[in-house]
Amino acid sequence: MTKHRPLAAAALCAATLAGPAMAELVIPDLSYRTGPYAAGGIPFSDGYQDYFTLLNERDGGIGGEPIRLIECETGYNTEKGVECYESTKGEGALVYQPLSTGITYQLIPKTAADGIPLHTMGYGRTSASNGEVFNNVFNYPANYWDAASVAINHLLEQNGGSLEGKTIALLYHNSAYGKEPIRTLEELSEKHGFTLTTLAVEPPGQEQKSQWLQIRRERPDYVIMWGWGVMNQAAIQEAANVRYPMDQFIGNWWAGAEHDVAPAGAAADGYLSLNMNTINPEAPIFDEIRTNVIDKGKGAGDGSNVGNVLYTRGMYAAMLAAEAIAKAQEIHGVTEITAAQMRDGMEALEMTNARMEELGAPEIGPEFSISCQNHGGSGEGLVQRWNAADGVFEPVTGFIAPDNEVIDALIAEDSAAYAAESGIEPGCAE
Amino acid sequence: MPDQLLYAMEVALNGLMAGVMYSLVALGFVLIFKASGIFNYAQGVMALFAAMTLVGIQNGQVPFSHMINAALGTDIHHFGWSVPALAAIALTVVVMVGLAWAVNRFVFRHLVNQEPIILFMATIGLAYFLEGVADLMWGSEIKTLDVGLPQGINDWVDTATFDLFGYGFFIDNLDIVATVIAGLLVAGLVMFSQYTKQGRALRAVADDHQAALSVGISLNFIWVLVWSIAGFVALVAGIMWGAKSGVQFSLSLIALKALPVLMLGGFTSIPGAIVGGLIIGVGEKLFEFCFGNGQCFGGIIDLGGATETWFAYVLALGFLVFRPQGLFGEKIIERV
Repeated sequence: MTKHRPLAAAALCAATLAGPAMAELVIPDLSYRTGPYAAGGIPFSDGYQDYFTLLNERDGGIGGEPIRLIECETGYNTEKGVECYESTKGEGALVYQPLSTGITYQLIPKTAADGIPLHTMGYGRTSASNGEVFNNVFNYPANYWDAASVAINHLLEQNGGSLEGKTIALLYHNSAYGKEPIRTLEELSEKHGFTLTTLAVEPPGQEQKSQWLQIRRERPDYVIMWGWGVMNQAAIQEAANVRYPMDQFIGNWWAGAEHDVAPAGAAADGYLSLNMNTINPEAPIFDEIRTNVIDKGKGAGDGSNVGNVLYTRGMYAAMLAAEAIAKAQEIHGVTEITAAQMRDGMEALEMTNARMEELGAPEIGPEFSISCQNHGGSGEGLVQRWNAADGVFEPVTGFIAPDNEVIDALIAEDSAAYAAESGIEPGCAE
Repeated sequence: MPDQLLYAMEVALNGLMAGVMYSLVALGFVLIFKASGIFNYAQGVMALFAAMTLVGIQNGQVPFSHMINAALGTDIHHFGWSVPALAAIALTVVVMVGLAWAVNRFVFRHLVNQEPIILFMATIGLAYFLEGVADLMWGSEIKTLDVGLPQGINDWVDTATFDLFGYGFFIDNLDIVATVIAGLLVAGLVMFSQYTKQGRALRAVADDHQAALSVGISLNFIWVLVWSIAGFVALVAGIMWGAKSGVQFSLSLIALKALPVLMLGGFTSIPGAIVGGLIIGVGEKLFEFCFGNGQCFGGIIDLGGATETWFAYVLALGFLVFRPQGLFGEKIIERV
């Protein structure tokens, strides 16, 4: 007993000096700054972190509670992502944003068991939009199937409302992520009378000669790309090599960032891609970030990414999380919220144009509201075009609504199957 | 001529070109394995490191700028100049020679006479170390490589084949350049090993390093030399692959494309690396065309695509079963 006395005294002393534990809003950031997908992971994570840092620096956190960010490197590796989740969930994590469909699939049952919400913004399991089956998963403002439908709706508009007799090729990353839109596009091809060809690209996707030779031979009217990482850069270069028209080549929103088009140089001019948020580097929120975060040396990166496509998306993701925290604080009348209360906040989230303007990011995303039944938001997306001369993506359209008649039926079918295999009784969380 | 046959010819031609690109990576493996018995797991990362260094030098980027800025509170990223492509390539070769010296001085010199598996493990460590150093030196963003290489369809081939067959073949100008460079590289390597003193010393070490030591050949020098040459080959591969899709981390994964080439061509043969690359290139492209996309035999077999990597390894495995040393490898004879 005697030999433990100094230790006990030290522990008591430390406890006395530490005082009461400071309440914090814990936000893990499962980032990937290394590995083959780092070029996409870095700007997203920088945007995600810088927004929370801005709130800490400018407002003292949210509702007076400081935000504590915990960054954990996943390398876009599913196993590492799960390790990151396991090592951070005990810190009082409020929400996870893993930026990986593979990690998302592993975390869905884990977060359900632990009662921690999962926000998979425009990625992950699409049918998680059904909040009655996936109580803890949210994929607002839009999901993969919405993206496929938005692309087709854009093409419908370009072709006078009919795609009858047209051919569309889907060039996809041969992974769970890349295969997500196939079912939706098959349904839409039946509905609109176009022929769908699917072309799988073996990850990571540096070598795509076979696929582009086929595209050159068959000359589909449009090519839709579901790529990520080096697959995007290689595909855009190959499209330029075979002289496929860039204005008939549409990437999804994970295939439309500056680093995707840069290696092809001027040849990428006119390349189209979807986006779930607008790009406006001049928005007041970026000035706020530069002044309060970057210039003070507190940025997650060196500030060179501020305002670019994926930085904006990461910042938008953080903005939606922050708004949900504020909503949870409002609903429960407390500032120090739990993960369960955060879930309630996310389920009551409402984003209006007025609120986005108030936040310094006018029309950064579509207006939407979340409910127990709908965890997916409005599903709207826009089309943007790469202007190589100016080095910017410019909007071609406003936000386009998806074909909910097709999407909702697919979501109902897939989520019902998941509920059956997982033994879930659909219903709103209590 | 039937359309399908023309398409198959075009696919085969492009397969040959792709095979040359694989061979460029495989050559680096062969050189080091032949001279030292080390299977250099880091060869792909060396290509990444070389390409990143080239772009960094070309753009006048300050190496380790993030670390320097964080430590000193400065905000420097560029020297403010740019270096012409040829000069940048020459400087990168110097860096790769320095790397070769450092690798031998600090790693392999201490591992002489160790088991091959130990040496292999050391190269795994080297790969991760180099990957991290490359990130710290030059940053992890995707870099555009511009050394003036032509890209896009070759109009002459397109027109000539159109006049001949009524269908214009696609050949990428970059692939043509890669083929010419690979040819020059192999010719240069063969001449070096046959007609120079250092080349003969290298072959002597490859045959029996103890006998080579006994006649006064410096093992250290030869290892630095061969790692330098492998570094140069890595730079060439890095330039060719980096020009296709930008210089980025994925470049290190091109090593995966070289493995079946090595299995097929043999780990100790320079011509084997070339022929192996061509066979893998043509084989995987034709298999993808015929069975991946169901373009042959009335489409009776359509595997849904993305068969290339799978097929390359299956083909290499088939060769391994019947000829374990590869097409051109030295026959393994163990006397008991």
